[in-house]
Amino acid sequence: MVSTHSRWLYGVAALLYAFLYAPIAVVIVFSFNTSRHGLGWQGFTWQWYRALLDNSQALEAAKNTLALAICSTLIATAIGTAAGFGLSRYEIPGRRFFSRLLYLPVFVPDIVMAVSLLLFFSIIRQWLGLFQLGLTTMIFAHVTFQIPFVAIVVRSRLAGLDPALEEAAHDLGANAWQTFWRVTFPLMLPGVMAGGMLAFTLSLDDFVVSFFTSGPGSTTLPILIYASVKRGLTPDIHALSTLIVLVSLLATLTVALLQRRGRA
Amino acid sequence: MTSQSQIHRGEAITRGRLSIRAAASLGPGFIWLILFFLIPLGIIAAMSFLSRGEDGTVDRPLTLENYRRLAGFGLLGFDPLYPIILFRSFVLGSGTAMLCLTAGLPLAFFIAKLSKPFKQLALTLVVIPFWTNLLIRTYAWQMLLGPGSWITQLAVWLRVIGPDEALYPGTFAVYLCMVCDFLPFMVLPLYASVEKLDWSMAEAAMDLGANRFQVFRHGVLPQIQPGVIAGLILVFLPATGQFVIPDLLGGAKTAMLGNAIQQQFGPGLDWPFGSAVALVSLAVALAGLWLFTRKTADQNLEIV
Repeated sequence: MVSTHSRWLYGVAALLYAFLYAPIAVVIVFSFNTSRHGLGWQGFTWQWYRALLDNSQALEAAKNTLALAICSTLIATAIGTAAGFGLSRYEIPGRRFFSRLLYLPVFVPDIVMAVSLLLFFSIIRQWLGLFQLGLTTMIFAHVTFQIPFVAIVVRSRLAGLDPALEEAAHDLGANAWQTFWRVTFPLMLPGVMAGGMLAFTLSLDDFVVSFFTSGPGSTTLPILIYASVKRGLTPDIHALSTLIVLVSLLATLTVALLQRRGRA
Repeated sequence: MTSQSQIHRGEAITRGRLSIRAAASLGPGFIWLILFFLIPLGIIAAMSFLSRGEDGTVDRPLTLENYRRLAGFGLLGFDPLYPIILFRSFVLGSGTAMLCLTAGLPLAFFIAKLSKPFKQLALTLVVIPFWTNLLIRTYAWQMLLGPGSWITQLAVWLRVIGPDEALYPGTFAVYLCMVCDFLPFMVLPLYASVEKLDWSMAEAAMDLGANRFQVFRHGVLPQIQPGVIAGLILVFLPATGQFVIPDLLGGAKTAMLGNAIQQQFGPGLDWPFGSAVALVSLAVALAGLWLFTRKTADQNLEIV
């Protein structure tokens, strides 16, 4: 009975993995297909990848995506790390409220956050002339949804640390500044890195928030892909998507390695 | 040491200095979220009571018109369009969550039963799609389900659909893609619970003569409940507010709350009404959150 039972489980699991990977596989396969429109396989080619190099729109979008992800991740990691640290350390009045405020963005549908920021930016623009829609507004928007994730990761990392290490540093005569930079920060660094990578991937992948807070000239890769899908799929989009999949794969493995080192 | 000093993590420090440090670390995040999260939500809430002026401008008179229209009582008499969209989104969100649970349970048990090196591999294989752009995984289903694809041919051969029909666009395509896109959100928390499962409870139930269903219901399910709840929430929330998946894979008949919001803030240019729809979407999401967490109180989900 046990063996038929587990054979059944293996079969279902295999099907589910196939189901999870079918869309990724089809995009990768079609990025190497000679056929422009057909659904059948007509031979292997690199031509769609070469075409990407001449596609100024795609290159521009890639540059915007990276600039946006790097800027927003740096800001969100700094603010989120500080918040995660503060939440795990200080019992202050209003801590419960702040803790809830910090986690709430995770549960708010991204489209609601997107249109609320769109409204906010346009009202400020009318009053003060600030926040012309573009990369800057997108950075503000991305930082907003990134902060909670960084803070959650950093906070959980700090929760697992032994307080005796800091106490020992103080007992040995280190002042607060020295204790933080020589003891606490190195210990929380794996959490900060993992939180930062998480924020970075979230920014790279985001479509909805970017779509509503972008302006002319600040098209990112997900926006470009969406527009192309709406117009009609072409193989160079598959090539672009395959490259993006590759980047997220590398990022995933980096995070996995960081977390394993953090645990060790 | 003055009388106000206290020991905080091995360091003698005054209350005042401690407050300064707390403010310095928590302050920036607090201010940021008030400014770019709470205030914008407040603006949405306020905007939903204003009216649409000429050419998509926003007008002063305060009104409940937007909510009346959402409830089906528009200017032109009863129109169930928005109540249907609301209902459809809720069904899509909870339906996707239940389908993901059905598919996620065997996968979580499968991974938990593997030996250590394979377990890591199997888990990573679930995480990779999780990190792969949702837009890409979504548009791929257009190809997988389009006319002429082998899945469509199989469906035609099985007489599920007629020879001239396709599986996309439509409700089926939306559900299939939803489950595929959100399955990792279910499997990861489920696995975390299944991994800690105490099998002796299930064995005891079996020894006491329980059948398979009873063993699962009373010996296993209570133990993995935190994972089930977390998974349901993680799937339900993004699924309910989805606009990309219905937009790319559904037809006009599968419009969801997300599509309605996008319509009003995009081509429709009715920001007050769009705000009302957004606020209702937020309410649906928070209602779902409350519904799923109600039973378990805060013992399992310290984040809520």
